[in-house]
Amino acid sequence: MMKKHIIYILIGLFLSFTHAQDETPGKKLHHDLELDIELENRYFLEAPAFYSQTRYYPSLALKPKYTIDLNGGGNSINIEGFVRVDRDDERTHFDFREFYFHKVKGNWELSIGLKKVFWGVTESNHLVDVINQTDAIESFDGEEKLGQPMVQFSIYTNLGTFDLFYLPYHRKRTLPGAKGRFRYPVIIKTDDVLYESSVKEWHQDVSLRYGNSFNSVDLGLSYFYGTGREPLVQFNAQGVAALYPIIHQVGLDLQITNNTFLWKLESIYRSSGLQKFLALTAGFEYTISNIKSSGIDIGLILEYLYDERGDLAFSALQNDLFFGSRIAFNDVQDTSILLGIITDLEKSSKIIGIEASRRMGNTMKLELEGRLFNNIADNEPFLSNFKKDSFIGLTLIKYF
Amino acid sequence: MKNVLFTVVLSLALYTVSQAQDRGLEIAKAAEKADLGFKSLTSDLKMVLRNKNGQVSERALEVRTLELVEDGDKSLIVFSSPKDVKGTSTLTYTHKVGPDDQWLYLPSIKRVKRISSNNKSGPFVGSEFAYEDLSSQEVEKYTYKFLKEENNHLVVEQYPVDPKSGYTRRVVTYNKGAGYRIETIEFYDRKNALLKTLTYSDYKLYKNKFWRAAKLNMVNHQSKKETLLEFLNYDFDMNLTDDDFTQNALKRS
Repeated sequence: MMKKHIIYILIGLFLSFTHAQDETPGKKLHHDLELDIELENRYFLEAPAFYSQTRYYPSLALKPKYTIDLNGGGNSINIEGFVRVDRDDERTHFDFREFYFHKVKGNWELSIGLKKVFWGVTESNHLVDVINQTDAIESFDGEEKLGQPMVQFSIYTNLGTFDLFYLPYHRKRTLPGAKGRFRYPVIIKTDDVLYESSVKEWHQDVSLRYGNSFNSVDLGLSYFYGTGREPLVQFNAQGVAALYPIIHQVGLDLQITNNTFLWKLESIYRSSGLQKFLALTAGFEYTISNIKSSGIDIGLILEYLYDERGDLAFSALQNDLFFGSRIAFNDVQDTSILLGIITDLEKSSKIIGIEASRRMGNTMKLELEGRLFNNIADNEPFLSNFKKDSFIGLTLIKYF
Repeated sequence: MKNVLFTVVLSLALYTVSQAQDRGLEIAKAAEKADLGFKSLTSDLKMVLRNKNGQVSERALEVRTLELVEDGDKSLIVFSSPKDVKGTSTLTYTHKVGPDDQWLYLPSIKRVKRISSNNKSGPFVGSEFAYEDLSSQEVEKYTYKFLKEENNHLVVEQYPVDPKSGYTRRVVTYNKGAGYRIETIEFYDRKNALLKTLTYSDYKLYKNKFWRAAKLNMVNHQSKKETLLEFLNYDFDMNLTDDDFTQNALKRS
């Protein structure tokens, strides 16, 4: 309850801040303030697995964004906030997705503060993307991330782009509370998750990435040393044991763009004192564009997902096939639909996903999201928890 | 005797064809030469999309271009409205020969995606401009045929080299008296029917050399839709370099 009060105060502060901005126009400094308000409605198709859950989850999220260019444009401060109010007290949360100082000079850049960084090429899974912690209670696809404290130095040379990261603080993965969906039989309290490192979240992590594009090839090589973003979770007689291990991870991401085909590969090798494993995602995206001069593009995506850990993976993707289709109407409202199905090659489990969006007027957008869990095998230690969590969600976003 | 006459007629005809081709190419090269040396350019644009019922929808974007002589130009497009696509940007390396390299930046998840430049004929953000209408116009991308000269206007037919183009031909009118600037382009679809007309207007001369139109109006004769591209400004003094056209630059734009 306390948390909700804090969030209401923050919203109030922000709104008064927005108002104050309007009163001081004509400043020389170039700055920009935006706000997205999202009204989400998720309806779960099956009766909940746990007594404390319900079927209908309305939810409100605010995403304020502020950027200011300091002395000319080489330096800037970028802030991206996030606030959600939800039925689940754990999903009711706020975060700074970004809050960093940025400097650009010639061929190099420096970022200091909280920031989001994305690495990778595949669509169904993001293996090499290791810098930011997943805001797992936000969405099932793992694409929502928490702001990561960092110093990032990036330099572009004739040999490619080099990125160096110093990551002084680890952020724990968000997990649902008792009232939330996508939960486990035992509630894993975020604070109960342990660290392998004696200094806990203060283990000083480092990472580097090399990226280059030549002709049709885009290549990325990365290395990470520090506290892993993915916890090791084991359910046992006492309940649950979860730990963030110290890991070394090398990653490769590769895309070859050949006319209508995009060939993609992502692979990691992660080693820690507790486990060593290889994982990869490989496949292609094929696009038929402007079908019969209608402007409509249809993309077909096929990806194979492999994880050497098998059932010990804190994910559902051990030996699976993803088949997806992306339909872009390229109309005035930017209507698009993404359909996907992940099929386990050894078990009966299937996850069906749909994401669609369409702009309404100039400042609104409607998004549809659905996840259907179908024939989930009982011997799926991760996925079997979510058997009853198939849902359809409709989100209305207003942009200010 | 008959054979000789036939040969003479044929070679005369071939000569005229090749002459028309040469003259067409010459004009395209002259237009390219007239615009040589702008180095880099940035513009703020407004795009007004109008459907056949007169309903209007607007986009705002910024375009930065870096002139390259050996290969095609580099360009960066950043959207600022509608707000749901604000910050979305594309980076294109045009090549004189072969497919262009293109990357898309999605600001919500901070992702840079290499995309296929294969979709030339598709509409650009729902407008009447196809991607190929907006990409850097390199001489090598067409073959030519000179049609006629009227006053100072030179009319040249252009045939896209790329089979993936949405057009069989374009009929381009150049103004010889004003740095070979383009006045109109007529686009003929794959069935060789007139599809669109693009009209350049409100021309201004910059730096005493470069003609730039403030308005480009594209009318689709088949769908009765229209798109007006309005250049709010042209800035030739930004002194952009290769460093402003990298994937890092795409992310920070």
